[in-house]
This record gives sequence, structure tokens and C-alpha cells, in this order.
Amino acid sequence: MSRTASVSPAQGVTNIKVDCLARVEGEGALHVKIKSGRLQHVQLQIYEPPRLFEAFLRGRMAPEAVDITARICGICPIAYQMSAAHAIERAWGVTIHPQVRALRRLFYCGEWIESHALHVFCLHAPDFLGYQDVIEMAAAHKAEVELALRLKKLGNEIVKVLGGREIHPISACVGGFHKVPARREVEALVAELSWGVQAAEAAARLVATFDYPDFNADYEYVSLSHPDEYPLNEGRIVSSKGIDIDAAGYEDTFLEQHVKHSNALHSVVRERDSYHVGPLARYHLNFERLPDAVKSLARELHAEPPVFNPFKSILVRSLELMFACQEALRIIEQYEPPPEPHAEVTPCAGRGMAATEAPRGTLYHRYEIGADGKIVSARIVPPTAQNLKRIEDDLWQYLPQILDKPVDDITWRAEQAIRNYDPCISCATHFLRVYLDSE
Amino acid sequence: MSSNGNRPKIAVFKFASCDGCQLSLLDCEDELLSVVSAVEICYFPEATRNVIKGPYDIALVEGSVTTHHDAQRIQQVRRSAKTLITIGACATAGGIQALRNWQDTAEMVRTVYAKPDFISTLKMSSPIAEHVPVDLELRGCPIQKYQLIELITATLIGRKPNLPAYSVCIECKRKGNLCIAVAQGTPCLGPVTQAGCGALCPAFSRGCYGCFGPMESANPAALTNQMLREGATTDEIQRNFRTYNAWAWQFRQASEEVEKR
Repeated sequence: MSRTASVSPAQGVTNIKVDCLARVEGEGALHVKIKSGRLQHVQLQIYEPPRLFEAFLRGRMAPEAVDITARICGICPIAYQMSAAHAIERAWGVTIHPQVRALRRLFYCGEWIESHALHVFCLHAPDFLGYQDVIEMAAAHKAEVELALRLKKLGNEIVKVLGGREIHPISACVGGFHKVPARREVEALVAELSWGVQAAEAAARLVATFDYPDFNADYEYVSLSHPDEYPLNEGRIVSSKGIDIDAAGYEDTFLEQHVKHSNALHSVVRERDSYHVGPLARYHLNFERLPDAVKSLARELHAEPPVFNPFKSILVRSLELMFACQEALRIIEQYEPPPEPHAEVTPCAGRGMAATEAPRGTLYHRYEIGADGKIVSARIVPPTAQNLKRIEDDLWQYLPQILDKPVDDITWRAEQAIRNYDPCISCATHFLRVYLDSE
Repeated sequence: MSSNGNRPKIAVFKFASCDGCQLSLLDCEDELLSVVSAVEICYFPEATRNVIKGPYDIALVEGSVTTHHDAQRIQQVRRSAKTLITIGACATAGGIQALRNWQDTAEMVRTVYAKPDFISTLKMSSPIAEHVPVDLELRGCPIQKYQLIELITATLIGRKPNLPAYSVCIECKRKGNLCIAVAQGTPCLGPVTQAGCGALCPAFSRGCYGCFGPMESANPAALTNQMLREGATTDEIQRNFRTYNAWAWQFRQASEEVEKR
């Protein structure tokens, strides 16, 4: 597992191979070939082994999908739990209590805070500051790293209060939660969340001072959109090029293609091209629904939409961190435990589709359920799978700008461009090695 | 992470898994900076670009073996490591993906992928110990992060790690939970499951689903009888045993025997 560059000056060929992409979740590789100063080949290989979730879900009782699909990803298990629960609730016509709905938003805020704090500081910031990793970064930026870890812990604390543990929490179920917290349990989070709002603002201000490569792409941004709130669990799927559909229309609108070099599928908009899901897309399509303090900070930092520079995703992720802390506070302020932790459900035949916003973007689930309540077929489209083709497209467009740089710099920048998407390869196979070939 | 020849060298390897167990190391927010100052992180792609060659004092292995390539890679990992520690249900028992072990894997691949010819995978998902000798294992889906710190600390100073071998029931009683199996007839794998989670599920009003796998002296047949008496169906009991540790032999045997009833 290594990063190698072979340069054959006689043929003018440089091959860059990154066998195992670092600071991403899961395993993938990048292969780039440059010949006579021109980019010839870009391939993102996903060699994360297939785990075949959609196949072994068949025959399981539908509510089991909430716990089982969480195991697709240790970084965003709540996203899987939420998309699964919502899809099954739609199949069975279950209505959830407004306070259960609010608690699910709080639960999701916890996952966003943990995941965004991890990515902004531990996985992505080292690229901008020139460190191999967050530990090396900590030597010169101890205060910032401590702030990051405290923010990350705050996100995890929310998840623990609602779900028992940070990874694969155990409380979510179809209809709501197995058990809901008392008011005092969530109120205990208020002081740290108030600190979190300030810390996320400080993070955004710091990140805004980073040196961003000058690169913009013409993205079709896709995310959920809700008339009254920044999207987490609910909303229509909309795009910057005119898509506006219910989740039920997902498979008619988007197409997954299977390509040979990848254990993950590539997504495109039917009869169009690649698209972009994640923080930049959500932000572009939902900026007006952010709290006023986040919007004014974005304007002060000259980061209001449109933002088409993918390297600035780290800044938008920081702004979303601030949003998630504020939103969590708002929910806690208005929280009253629901009369029942979950709605009663009656297994029956049905078909349900739902999409929610994982930290990395829109996560779609569809279940066909038999009369015995068992899953007949399942379809899961994770955000990273939707972004894979777009990541390759970014590299095709961005790398030609930097081909005059030393090979080590090209390699690192290529990796950084991939990390813009906070890719989760474990999800995408249900992702990365960099190979750079320069001739 | 920076190099220092005197600190114990640790590497983290991933096989088929969700990344959650290695994330547990990064989830030690309060302890992370002190842990990494005590050891040298030589290979941990989820966290660092740095790669320092082995041999390593400790290899932490997450995930199960599901491809030919990984079956060979685990041999290399074993050769590079003084102490090999498997972390989590995928590495110790094959994980949720071991559900394929009772099914037609080729048919499953056709179900998920449009072009199955592009996919290379083994028929079985197997735990690491089926391939190479394992020195220590840490159970759980996911592992418990303080158990991970205890295991690393104990290994580095050369003592036996203090990890419970008793069942979830002991933790549950100590916690003062009401026994949901006795009081409510809720199917619960607590009596046959190794402790370590802190009896979370019963505290959240649901039955234990066995994510820490079977305890050493488990008697799943007795639990099957009890669940049948409480009105659970054989199908339900089989699904209970066939989740994240389905291929652990005690759970495997229990799920196969209940099928015959």
C-alpha cells in the first residue's frame, strides 16, 4: 500500500498511483496518467470489498433494516437508520409524533457535528496546512485540534444521549425510538452546545483564511429541500438544474451505472451527466433556510452562494457545523417528551422510498415489503456512490491546471480534490488508491 | 504521524467492514492525543497519509475476509505484526456480511450489481482467525472504545487485558435494569452474549441483539427453548442469532438447530 510515481522521461510518461487513499473512510485508489504534459487517464478505483447488503436484507423483517443498514457505515450510521425508518414508515403509512420528528432532527444534528468536525479538522484541514495528518498538525495547532476534538465529542454526546452509543446507536426504530430521553437529559447538552456554536464560528473563520486553489466547476447540485427548514430528514429532491421530485421519483430521475474499475456504482442524472450531493449542494439549494447568524457569517466571509469551488466545501461544512449546533439548541429548547416513544406499527405489504441528508449528501433507500412484513427487495444509494463520477470529472477538469507542478504536489492536490467530497468508500460499495502515470 | 524509533509501532488494517471500529480510536477524543504520543502510528489510512514500513508491534485488524486478494493480504499483515489484534464483529466472526455463508453468493452479486462479471468476491465471509493465528480479539459491533484503550495499554505493558468474559445479564443486573425477558417476554440474547456494551439495549427497552457475540460458556440451546416457550417463532429465533455475529460457532450452531425444529 503506497503512493508511487513512475516517470519515464524518454517517453514523457508520468504514472501516479496512490494505492490506498488516506483520510477517507473505506478503501479506494487513484490512477492518473500524464503523457507529454497532457492528462490522459483518471480512474478512481473502488476496491472496498462488496458486502451485498441489498441481497441479504431480503427475508429480514422490514424493521430490522434500521439496525442492519447502519452497519454499511460506521461514520454515518444514523443516516442509514433514518432513511430506512422513513422508507418503511412510508410503505406502512405510519405517522410519527411531531416531538419524535424533532428528536430525529436532533439525533441527525449529532451525527453531522461529529462527522463534520472529524472531516474539517482531522481529514481535510491537514491538506490545506501541509500536514500528513491531524496529529502532525496538532504540534503547531494544538488549540485548534483540541477545539475540533471537543466539537466532535459534542456531536457524539448528542448521539449517546439519544442512542446509547456513538457508533451504531441502538434506539432508532420504525415509528420513532425504543426509548426517548427525559427533558433533563437533553437539557444537559445545552451548555456545551452553546460553546459549540461559538467554536463552529471560530472554525469557519479559521478555515476561511486557508489558501484555496482557483478552480470552479459547473455542478448540478442535488439535495433535499424543505420549505421551512434546512434539510435533514424530510423534503423534496431538488437540483440547481430544475429537478423537483418526491423521493418516490428518485429511480426515474437518476441512473446508476456499473463501471468495470469499481465495486461501487456510478450515478448520473438520466440523459444528463454527473451531479454533486453533499454540503455544497445543500448550501446552494437551501441557503435561505439557514439561521440568520450563519447567513450573516457566510456573507462576512464572502462565502454566500453560489459557491462552485469544491475546495471550499471545508468552509461550507464549518458553516453547517454552526447550523447543526444552533438547530440542536433550538430543538432542545422546545422539547417535550412525546407521549409514546414510537408509533405502533402493523407489518403489511407495501413499497416505500425515502431520502435523507447524510453528512456527505443525499441517501436514498427503497424497500418492497411482503404481506408477512419481510423485505422482498431493497435498494440503497449512498451519497458517495452518487458523487464518484463527479469526483472523476473534477479531477479531469482540475488536474490540467497543475500539470507543471512536481509529481508529489500533483499527487497531494489530487488526493485533496477527492477529499473535498469527504468520500465514504465503505458506503459507496456497499472507495480509494491514487495511481498517477505521467508520460 | 511523526516518526520516533523508540515508541511501539501500531498499524491499523481494514478488510470488509464499515470503518466503525477503527473510527472508535478517533472517537477517543479525550485520550487521542495522549495515546498517539505514547505510540507510533505507522499505518492508519483512515487518519493519515503517512506510511511507515513494518514490522509492527501491534496490528489492529478490522473487517472480515471476503476476497482472494484479502485472503493473501492478511498473511502479509500477520507476517508484519508481533501482536495481531482483531477488532469488531467482522474481524472476530465474519460480520453481518457472513449472512452470505448460508446463501448463493453468485445470485446475491447478481442482485446488487448490473455486471456481476466485474465483481470478484469469495463465497464466504470469514473471520480473520480462520486464516491466520490471532493473538487477541476485541468483540462488538462496534467495539467499545475504552476496551480498545485497555487492550492496547495491556498489550504494550505486557499484562493480561481486563476484559469481561461473562454475559450481558451480569452488566444488566449491575445496572439495575428490569429484566425485559422475564418481565415482558421480550426475546433477549443477553444470557448468551458477552458483556462489554454496558447492557445498552435492555436499558433502552429492547432485547439484546447479540452485537458482542457469544460468551465463552454460552448455552444458546437453552435460550432457544426459553424463547419458544415465550411464543417466539423458529424463524424469529433464527433471525435473532443471524445478525452481526451470525458465523460465530455458538450462534451459527443455534441458528442451524432451530431450523430443524
